[in-house]
Parts: sequence; structure tokens; C-alpha cells
Amino acid sequence: MEKKLVKCNINGKDVETYVDVRASLTDMLRNDYRLTSVKKGCEVGECGACNVIIDGECFNSCIYLAVWAEGKRIRTLEGLLGPGGELSDIQQAFVDEAAVQCGFCTPGFIMTAVEILETGKEYTRDELRKLLSGHLCRCTGYENILNAVEKTMKQRLGKA
Amino acid sequence: MYDFSALYEATSVSHAVQLMQEHPDAVLIAGGSDVLIKLREGKLAGAELISIYKLDELREVTIDPDGALRIGPMTSFSHATKSPVLQQYMPVLGEAADTAGGPQLRNVGTVGGNICNGVTSADTASTEVAYDAVLEITGANGVRKLSIHDFYKGPGKVALEKGELLTAILIPKESYENCYGYYIKYAMRNAMDIATIGCSVNVVLSADKQTIQRARIAYGVAGPVPMRARTAEAALAGQPVGEGAIEIVGREVLNDVNPRTSWRASADFRKQIISETARRGLRAAIERAGGVF
Repeated sequence: MEKKLVKCNINGKDVETYVDVRASLTDMLRNDYRLTSVKKGCEVGECGACNVIIDGECFNSCIYLAVWAEGKRIRTLEGLLGPGGELSDIQQAFVDEAAVQCGFCTPGFIMTAVEILETGKEYTRDELRKLLSGHLCRCTGYENILNAVEKTMKQRLGKA
Repeated sequence: MYDFSALYEATSVSHAVQLMQEHPDAVLIAGGSDVLIKLREGKLAGAELISIYKLDELREVTIDPDGALRIGPMTSFSHATKSPVLQQYMPVLGEAADTAGGPQLRNVGTVGGNICNGVTSADTASTEVAYDAVLEITGANGVRKLSIHDFYKGPGKVALEKGELLTAILIPKESYENCYGYYIKYAMRNAMDIATIGCSVNVVLSADKQTIQRARIAYGVAGPVPMRARTAEAALAGQPVGEGAIEIVGREVLNDVNPRTSWRASADFRKQIISETARRGLRAAIERAGGVF
């Protein structure tokens, strides 16, 4: 099958690789770049486990062709780590609020939380619920996830 | 890996038309939120794809010299919601777009794909039907315009000929001017669900806000394709603003619709929702227009 050169920026680094044109962005990120925080869940865009940020907006990478990534800036959970491997505030909040159980949905949720937090706006709990509604979690019942996002939002706005 | 046999990436509208002529059986892919899922389900196995994803020229919402709103069909749902032009002149379309799927889907799904797939439950379609949208379709022989009312041919079937693609959704000025709309999606979940009924209502009131000059109502899932409620619209024209108009619309819309029983809901339940969404939608649209009950 035809392969195509895809140049993009992943977690701040310019990269390029030849990918099979039939690959999803999930396939490319996991197989070519070993970014395994990007999970294969439903693979039909319903569960949010494969969510990544492309040019500042969240996308389910399972329903996105790898070749469409040409020229894009892509961020995955791996890009949140500090230089010494430190957790970011939102990751720490997920730990502290017990928003993680099996962990499969967590990277996707956190990347949506990053998009929410980077708007710099303050949202109500109902607004956060809607903004996070593209993710399924079968363990936590969502409340602790909402708590973690809300807490980090307030901390970043100096209102904690 | 998706199961398709070839991918051709269009670099312009004319290139897309050329690719469609060269590969007449190829499937057009815009945002991919329908096509890639069908591929996953094996329904398009082995198909050739023509991608128009990179046609950023079709992603804008602008105003034509004659005042018509020009909505690029590749505009994502979320960009329709955020569009300053739509927020000013037709916020109901962005609100309807904001009910589709979930946040990530709304970043990839396109308003053009939402009508070209010919699906009755499409959240933006009923509002475009309610606003008498005009579709600009480009093919090898140039550009033609078609009313959205002539676009839907049946479930999953639209009036795009081979080698044609949708290049703009136009909302004429006389359609949106002084017009206030409201969309209600009734579904079983608040996110990631398909409408059981979608109802889009818009009104123009008289200058003194006492009389309904024009009301337009359109539904998704009230029939095989998005449809207007013409009997109810005719009954509302000239009615005074008040509870009487609400009673009229709740009763008259049932003459216009043809819902079916499916695993999602029975026809009888849909009829109840059709009537209730008309009542609530009309009330909200009138209030937005400055009418007082």
C-alpha cells in the first residue's frame, strides 16, 4: 500500500515519517512514535480514549487520517511532563482527587482538560460537564474527574 | 488501519472535481466522522476515497455582497458555534451545531457533511431547512444553485450528481433579517446521542412585537428527511403573540409530520415530542424576537 511522508510537530518537536495512507492518527502516534498514552478504545469516535490536541483543539485521533496531520501541531499526554519527568498540575490533581482508577480513559480526559484550562476562562460545573462529555469513564462515575478539573481551573485562576 | 484501497487528496475545489471525474466511484471524505466510521464497520470496505479535508477555502463563514450568509461546508460544528458572523445574524445555527455528538466530534464534523449524508437526524439540517438555505454545488460544468428543499431525495440520498460537491450553504438576507430562531434537540442523553426529534423554529414579529408576521418550523426525524411544517406555519401567520399561538402550533404541526416507530422511540411518542418542541421552540423564538407573553 502507498506510503506517504507526513511532517508535523509532536509535543514541540518537528518530526517526519512515512505512514501507510490507511493509518489513523492513533496508529501513527502509537506505532511510529510510541506515544502509548493515546489509547485504542472504541475506534469510532465515541469514547475519547484516543483524544489529542491538534492546533489547539481536541480530536479523537481514531477517526482522523494520519496523513491529515501534515503540518499540524499535535500534543499528547507525554508532552505535559516537566523536564525531570514531573507531573503537570492537572495530572497531579487527577491523582489527588482519585480521578483515576483503571486509567484507560485518563490521558484522553486530561488532554480535554488541558484545552479547557488553556482558555483561561472560569466555567461552571455544568459547563465543565458539557465540555468533558466526549469521554466515557466506566470506573469513577465522573465526579472525581470533575473535581480534579474544577480544582485545577480554580488554582490556575488564583481562586483556590 | 482503515480498509480503503486508495486515497486522493484534493488541493482545491477544481482539483476535487477533477479527481471525482477520474475516480467516479470514489467516496468523498470531508471531516471523516461518517466515512471513517462506516469504514470501521466494514460498510465501505475497499472503497477509494477523495479527501477534501485540506480545502481550508471552504472553512469560512462570510457575508456575500447581496447580504447572504455564505457558510463554507467544511466549517466544523464548533467553528460554526464560534463564528462571529453566525453569532450576530443566525446564532440558532451555531446553537444547533453545539448539540451534535460531543466536543471532539464537533471539532472534526462539518456542517456540509451534516446535510450531504442525507440523514434526517442531522442537528444543523433542520435549521437550514427552516431558513430556506440555498446550496451552491460545484461540478465539471460549473456552479449551480439549489434550494435545500429540493436537495433531499430520500434517506441517505441527496441531489448531488456524480462529480459534484457542495461548495457553500447560503442563507439569503430576507431569510435571516429581523428573524429569531431557536433549536431544540430531544435525545436520550445530553451528549453523544442522535436526536429522537430535532425542532427548529424561527419568527419575524411586527414592529410593535404584537403579531407574528412569519413563522417557520422544521424538523429532523419527523419524517424520512428533514422537513417543514407548512400547515402550522400558515396557521401562525398573522396571529397575535400570546398563548393562543402556542396552542395553534402544538396542534397544527401534527398535520405536517410523518414520524416512524424505531428502536429509539415509537411514532406516538415522537408525535408528543413534535408537538411539545413546537410549543416550547415557538415560545423561545418569540421571546428572543422581543415578544412578551
